[in-house]
Amino acid sequence: MSDASLPNGSLPSGGANPQSVSLTEPDARTKKRNAAEKRFRAYGIAAIGAGLFFLVVLLFAIVSNGMGAFQQTFINVPVYLDPAKLDKKGERNIDDIKKVSTFGYNPLIQKAVFDAVQEAGIETPLEKTKDMKALISASAAAQIRDMVIENPDLIGETIDVRILAASRVDGYLKGRVKREDVARDKNIDAEHLDLVDGLQQAGVVEKTFNLDFILGADASESRAEQAGIGVAMIGSFFMMMVVLFLALPIGVAASIYLEEFAPKNRITDLIEVNISNLAAVPSIVFGILGLAVFIQFVHLPQSAPLVGGLVLTLMTLPTIIISTRASLKAVPPSIRDAALGVGASKMQSVFHHVLPLAAPGILTGTIIGLAQALGETAPLLLIGMVGYIATNAPDGIASGLLDPNSAMPAQIYEWAKRADPAYYERAWGGIIILLVFLVSMNTLAVLLRRRFERRW
Amino acid sequence: MSVFWLCVIVLAISAAGFVLGRQRALASAGGISGDLHSLPSYYGWNVFMKVVVPAFGLMAIWLIVAPMIVQNNVSKMIPASEIEEGSNIGLVMAEVRRTAVGLENAVAAGVLDADTATNPQADATRITAQLKEAGQVVTAEITQPVLQAAQSYRASTKTSGLILSVLAILVALGGAGFAVRQSHKDYRARNEVERGILALLIAAASVAILTTIGIVLSLIFNTIEFFRLYPAIEFFTLLEWAPSFSGRGGASSLGILPLLWGTIYISIIALLVAVPIGLFSAIYLSEYASARVRGIAKPLLEILAGIPTIVYGLFALLTIGPMLVSVFGQDGLGWMGGGRSVMTAGIAMGIMLIPFVSSLSDDIINAVPQALRDGSYGLGATQSETIRQVVLPAALPGIVGAILLAASRAIGETMIVVLGAGAAARLSMNPFEAMTTVTAKIVSQLTGDSDFASPEALVAFALGITLFILTLGLNVFALYIVRKYREQYE
Repeated sequence: MSDASLPNGSLPSGGANPQSVSLTEPDARTKKRNAAEKRFRAYGIAAIGAGLFFLVVLLFAIVSNGMGAFQQTFINVPVYLDPAKLDKKGERNIDDIKKVSTFGYNPLIQKAVFDAVQEAGIETPLEKTKDMKALISASAAAQIRDMVIENPDLIGETIDVRILAASRVDGYLKGRVKREDVARDKNIDAEHLDLVDGLQQAGVVEKTFNLDFILGADASESRAEQAGIGVAMIGSFFMMMVVLFLALPIGVAASIYLEEFAPKNRITDLIEVNISNLAAVPSIVFGILGLAVFIQFVHLPQSAPLVGGLVLTLMTLPTIIISTRASLKAVPPSIRDAALGVGASKMQSVFHHVLPLAAPGILTGTIIGLAQALGETAPLLLIGMVGYIATNAPDGIASGLLDPNSAMPAQIYEWAKRADPAYYERAWGGIIILLVFLVSMNTLAVLLRRRFERRW
Repeated sequence: MSVFWLCVIVLAISAAGFVLGRQRALASAGGISGDLHSLPSYYGWNVFMKVVVPAFGLMAIWLIVAPMIVQNNVSKMIPASEIEEGSNIGLVMAEVRRTAVGLENAVAAGVLDADTATNPQADATRITAQLKEAGQVVTAEITQPVLQAAQSYRASTKTSGLILSVLAILVALGGAGFAVRQSHKDYRARNEVERGILALLIAAASVAILTTIGIVLSLIFNTIEFFRLYPAIEFFTLLEWAPSFSGRGGASSLGILPLLWGTIYISIIALLVAVPIGLFSAIYLSEYASARVRGIAKPLLEILAGIPTIVYGLFALLTIGPMLVSVFGQDGLGWMGGGRSVMTAGIAMGIMLIPFVSSLSDDIINAVPQALRDGSYGLGATQSETIRQVVLPAALPGIVGAILLAASRAIGETMIVVLGAGAAARLSMNPFEAMTTVTAKIVSQLTGDSDFASPEALVAFALGITLFILTLGLNVFALYIVRKYREQYE
């Protein structure tokens, strides 16, 4: 471009006076074009900004709403196990002790809390021991009953216990339950909240880390304070094992066939089209398949992690096949030729040389596929992994596979559906745990790729 | 004998066969492995294969076919009078199976002695009581024909199991004997084993086809069943969705149109969020951004794609919903009744689709040859003019394909709409109203305690097939466009 052509080039209309055109001063049209350029750039930056903003908002919402689930309010009180109530005959006969239901324990606990209130010297209009009920979780009686049944000698003694506070109390300490909401709440009154403030100062009520949320079992709808995600985690674990043991071998075998052995013909084409389409089928359709085939037709048990694992296997298979084929393709043909040249059969060249070289890529793809399967919820709804309160941890591999259980995302959905806002906090907390798993799996995949990736 | 132990026995036979075959082949070459046609272990694997494949094949076929035959024979024993009004043979047979299992367990637990359990004249009421005592699940009173059917079912199942055990072991031994005899130094064991492995590989590859067939068949059969109970024309044309679980059959109106409208409306809103943001991000990342910015922003955006949909569902329900209500709800503009609405679900879904649109468009924009850009710069165009007038028109078919793929994702998305969109089926233009979608209704119709024979449950399969065809069509079309476009520049 010569200097002489510049002024004219920037003014294609050509009507303006050439003397007003300067090389250093942009004219109106250039200014307009440059402004358009800047605007366009700004749109792009704004779009990325918006995307990242949403990411930040999402993560902020998860963390700020969910961290509360890892803390729980407990009440530390000495409970006197009154023999007159718990063992009327005084024979310490285990069968007699078992006959006392949790209703027999409630007054003792309420009394203990009431005494603690008196001791702390808190002024309160609540004068009956029964008024303490609102502070205590319904699970406390069962907890102490289990202790007594395990060790009947405790009867007659005063034991220091740490019991769960009711979910409203917990919510008050976490700021979820506000004083102005309490007026409409039939479960708890403002006087109770005054008590909680007093007890907290006296050190009777305390908020600490809640391991039971991570390791515990789900609880019934009215006991949000007791619910944990541990059992669902075990359900997810068994499902992932099924996926790993089925999807990995089948996926690798299918990829080897398609990449190394399949002749180019219609059937191969059909299989390939099939796999790419399966990858795009909505996950709920896989749920319908699982319901119709595994439960209605084969009569496998509902809600079983085995069925969940089978459905997720079919769903993950395309992901694994696609990534495995990519890593097989990345192994240079010279490796195969060399193996064939020294007398290996085609099968030997693939299994002894190509497959080991492709293994890191396959592993990475499998981990990513598993992470995807771990977070999948929709198909699990259809095979009955919700609406079920997963309270018992399985006690073996067979029961882990076949007994009804939940899975982490299904448990989160279940909590999100429940009416009590205390469960929302659990749901967000469950998401934090789920995301911790996903992030670690993906990080592992990235690290493996970095460590073993090989460029030929 | 349980299937588990049968498997263990067959595997033990095959392991012994492996050792025998290997040794026999080596012996035939006088212990010099170099004289064998194949490596010694191939002879072992050859035997292993010829034991395991026929034996397990037989077991698989038997375990599928035998219960059908037994069931068929037993169901003939049930007189028509046994089948109550509103019930069917399937339900009675389920009861028979439960009773048979109950008898088995009760005998094992020692509550029932073996003679009573097999005596056809035994008192049905007493057995019911005994079964219940043994903690077995028996729904109602067992009637005499059901009891007899259950006894016969139990007996035939036992016989069938016994025959299977004997046959499977015989087949395994026969296979082992045959293959061990084959093991000779000139026998081409490797070729044989490799043929077996190839068959295994082909079987694995056809799992994908089987899955598709399974999906299509399970959808089609149940849909046909549904259309037998409910007129197809109403399903496709009725403007109302009101299933009733109390009154079966005619009382429900199951029109798909309100659901389709909800699906499309939510998808449109999701695309209105995702397409501009995703497209402009892709343009910026591929045309303007430095390698460093790209290296940071792209993975960050893609985190959005890795987040499970349940998280977006919860985000819609508990964050976006309340936020929208505070602006458009009763205290604000008064357009919105509750937190669940088309808008709530649409925005969450849009956020989910951003990385999907951006990374697909990014690939496509990158595929536009540099020569086109250089030509445009040479003519004096600015970068944005080049992008708008040269790059985007060239990439347009691909971008349309990407948007269609995103639309197919949006249509098939379940968790966000289940949590965020509401449950009421409505034909309305107001985006702040709760509506529902095809996927959400599939979930709600199949997760109740309904039996799978009612039209209210079966309609989910008809919805499923609609969804399947819709998403598949969009996908195939989109992939076709993208592929056509790629060919253009390769």
